[in-house]
Amino acid sequence: MADFFQQVVAGLGSGAIYASLALALVLIHRATGVINFAQGEMAMFTTYVAWTLTANHGWSYWPAFVATLVFAFVLGVGIQRVVINPVANASILTIVIVTIGLVLTFNGLAGLIWSSEVRAFPSPFPNETWSIGGVAISQQDVGTFGVVLVLVLLLWAFFQFTKIGLALRASALNPGASRLVGVRVGWMLAIGWGLAAMLGAVAGMMAAPTIFLDPNMMQAILIYAFASAILGGIDSPFGAVVGGLTLGVGLNLIGAYVDFVGADLRLPVALLVILVVLLVRPAGLFGKPVTRRV
Amino acid sequence: MRRADGIRVLVFLAASAGVLLLPRLISDFRAQQLAYVGIYFIALLGLNLLTGITGQISLGHGAFMLIGGYTTAILISHQEPPLELLGHQFTGDMRDIWTIPLAGLVAGFAGFLFGFPALRLSGLYLALATFAVAVAAPALVRKYQGFTGGGGGINLFDVEGRTGGSTTDPITFETTSGVDILGFHISSFNVWLYYLCWTLALVLFAAAWLMLRGRLGRSLRAIRDSELAAVSSGVNLARYKTLAFGISAFYAGVAGSLLALATTFVNPDTFPIALSIFLLVGVVVGGLGSLWPLVFGAIFIHFMQIEWAQKADLVIPDWIPFLGDIDTDAPGAPAVAFGVVLILIMLALPSGAAGLLRTLKSLITRGYHRVR
Repeated sequence: MADFFQQVVAGLGSGAIYASLALALVLIHRATGVINFAQGEMAMFTTYVAWTLTANHGWSYWPAFVATLVFAFVLGVGIQRVVINPVANASILTIVIVTIGLVLTFNGLAGLIWSSEVRAFPSPFPNETWSIGGVAISQQDVGTFGVVLVLVLLLWAFFQFTKIGLALRASALNPGASRLVGVRVGWMLAIGWGLAAMLGAVAGMMAAPTIFLDPNMMQAILIYAFASAILGGIDSPFGAVVGGLTLGVGLNLIGAYVDFVGADLRLPVALLVILVVLLVRPAGLFGKPVTRRV
Repeated sequence: MRRADGIRVLVFLAASAGVLLLPRLISDFRAQQLAYVGIYFIALLGLNLLTGITGQISLGHGAFMLIGGYTTAILISHQEPPLELLGHQFTGDMRDIWTIPLAGLVAGFAGFLFGFPALRLSGLYLALATFAVAVAAPALVRKYQGFTGGGGGINLFDVEGRTGGSTTDPITFETTSGVDILGFHISSFNVWLYYLCWTLALVLFAAAWLMLRGRLGRSLRAIRDSELAAVSSGVNLARYKTLAFGISAFYAGVAGSLLALATTFVNPDTFPIALSIFLLVGVVVGGLGSLWPLVFGAIFIHFMQIEWAQKADLVIPDWIPFLGDIDTDAPGAPAVAFGVVLILIMLALPSGAAGLLRTLKSLITRGYHRVR
C-alpha cells in the first residue's frame, strides 16, 4: 500500500508539470482557437535560458527563475506579434503549419546554441524524501506541485481581479465587442501568448531536473499535455489542471502495475486517451459541448 | 480527352524519358540522392492527396511510412521458413521488389482504418491525433521486439537475394553486383535504386493525376472547400474521407518500403516524428493541392537535410556577436532553416512553388499589368 501512495505522489509531481503545459495550451486555444504545437519547444528553449543563467553566468536559482519567466513572456508576446498575428485570419492548416515551423526553429536553435548534449539542470528542492507513515515522499515532487499550484492561483487571481485580466477574458469571449469598448484585442492576444509561454517555462524548469535538459526533452511532455488538455476539455483551465493531475497519476499507476504497459507504452496510452476522449466526449470532462448550427 | 490533357500527357512522357535517361549524365552519388528525392516525392503525393486536396491535416504520415518500411523489412528478413502469400513464395531474386506493393497495401489498410476515427475529428483535433500517432508509433515498434527487432532494428544489408546488392561467389570469391532487368544490366546499386524509385514515382504520379481529374478529385476538393456543401451535393463524406486516408497511406507505405530498401536498414529512428513534419514542410514548399510541383518539395526536404549543415556558415555570419561561437555543423542547423523557410512561405507565399510558378506563368503570358 505504501508503494501505491508513493506512486500517487510521484504521479502528482509529474501531473503538475503536464497541467501547467496543458494550461498554456488551453489559454491560447481559448483566446484564438489555435493549438500551439510549439508550446513544448518554447518551454524547452526558455529552460535552456535558465540553465545558461545559472550554469554560465553564476546566477542563483530563484533570480534565474524569475528572469526566465520574464524572458518567456517577452518571447511569447514577440512570437504572437511577429508570426502568428499576420496569419490570424488564415485557415487552421496555415496556423498549424506556422506553429510547426516554430517547433523546428526552436528545436534547431537550441541544438545550435547549446548543442544537443544532455545536461543536468539544478533543482531548487533538496533531493531528499520525507517519510510519512512508511510512504517516502520526494521533496522534489512536492515542490513541483507547490510551484505549479501557486502559479495557477496567481494566474486565476490575475484573470479574475485585474483590469487586464478582464480585458483578456473579454477579447477571448467576444473580440468584436471588446474592440468596440476600447480593448486592444491584438495586444491582449499577445499577452495571452506571453502568459502561456511563462506557464510553459515553469513546466520546463520543473521537468528538467528529473528528465535532464536536451532539445527534445519536452516532446513527450507536450503529448501528455495535449492528452491532459483534451481530457479536461480544451477550453477549460480548471479541466486542464484536473486532466494533467489525473493523467500524471494514472500513467504512473498504469506504468507501475500493468506489466504490459510498463515504462515503454506510456506515450501510446496518452495517444489512446486523446483518441478515446475526442471520439466519445469531444468536449472533455469539463468543457461545454459545442453545438454547430448548419 | 481534352486538348490540354493531350499536351499534359506529352509533357509527362517527355519528362519520363528525361528521368529515365538522367543516370547516364550524373554521378553515382547524385543518382542515390535523386533516388531519395523520388521516395520523398511519392510520400508527398500521398500526403498532398490528403492534406492539400481533401483538406485533412496529417502530422503523422511518417507513421504510415514506418508501417510500409517495416512490412518490407519483416517480409524479406524472415528467411526460414519462406513466407508464402497468395501462392507466391518470397524467396529468391527480386522478392524485395514484391514486398513494395504489399507494404503499400498494409499501410493503406492502416490508413483506411485510421480514417474512421478521423471522421469525427476535424481541423485542429485531427492534427493533434495524427501528431500523437507519429510520436507513439516508434514506442510501439520498440515494444514488440520479437517482431520488429526493437530499438536495434532490422538489418537488410546481408539479406540473401537483395536486389542490386553485391554477392560474393563462395568458390571463386568473385564479387558480382548489379541487376539484370528487362535485358539491361545495371551495375550500380544506386543507379538501380534510382530507377526503382523513379519508375514507381512516375507510375504513382500518373495514377494520382488520373484519380484526381475525375469524380474522385472533384469530391475530395469539395470536402476540402466545404464539407456541408459537399454533403448537400451528394458526396458521401465517410466513404471519400476514409478512401483519401487509405490512398494517401498507400503512397506513404510505398515510400516507406523504398526508404527501407534504400537505407538497407530500418529502426524506429528511421521514421522519427521529424520525418512526419518534414513531409508536411515538403507539401507546403511544393504547394498545397498541386501535383508535379511537389518535386520541388521533395528536392527541398532531401537537400536541406543533407547539405544545409555544410553551408550554414553562409547563413550565420561571424560578425553577429551573440551567435559567434555557434557550431554550424550542429544537427540543429537544418531544422532552423526548415522552420524559418516554412514560416516565411506561409507568411509570404502560401501556395508554395506551384503558386510561384503560376504567378510567373501569368506574368509571361498576360503581361505584368494583368496579374492580380
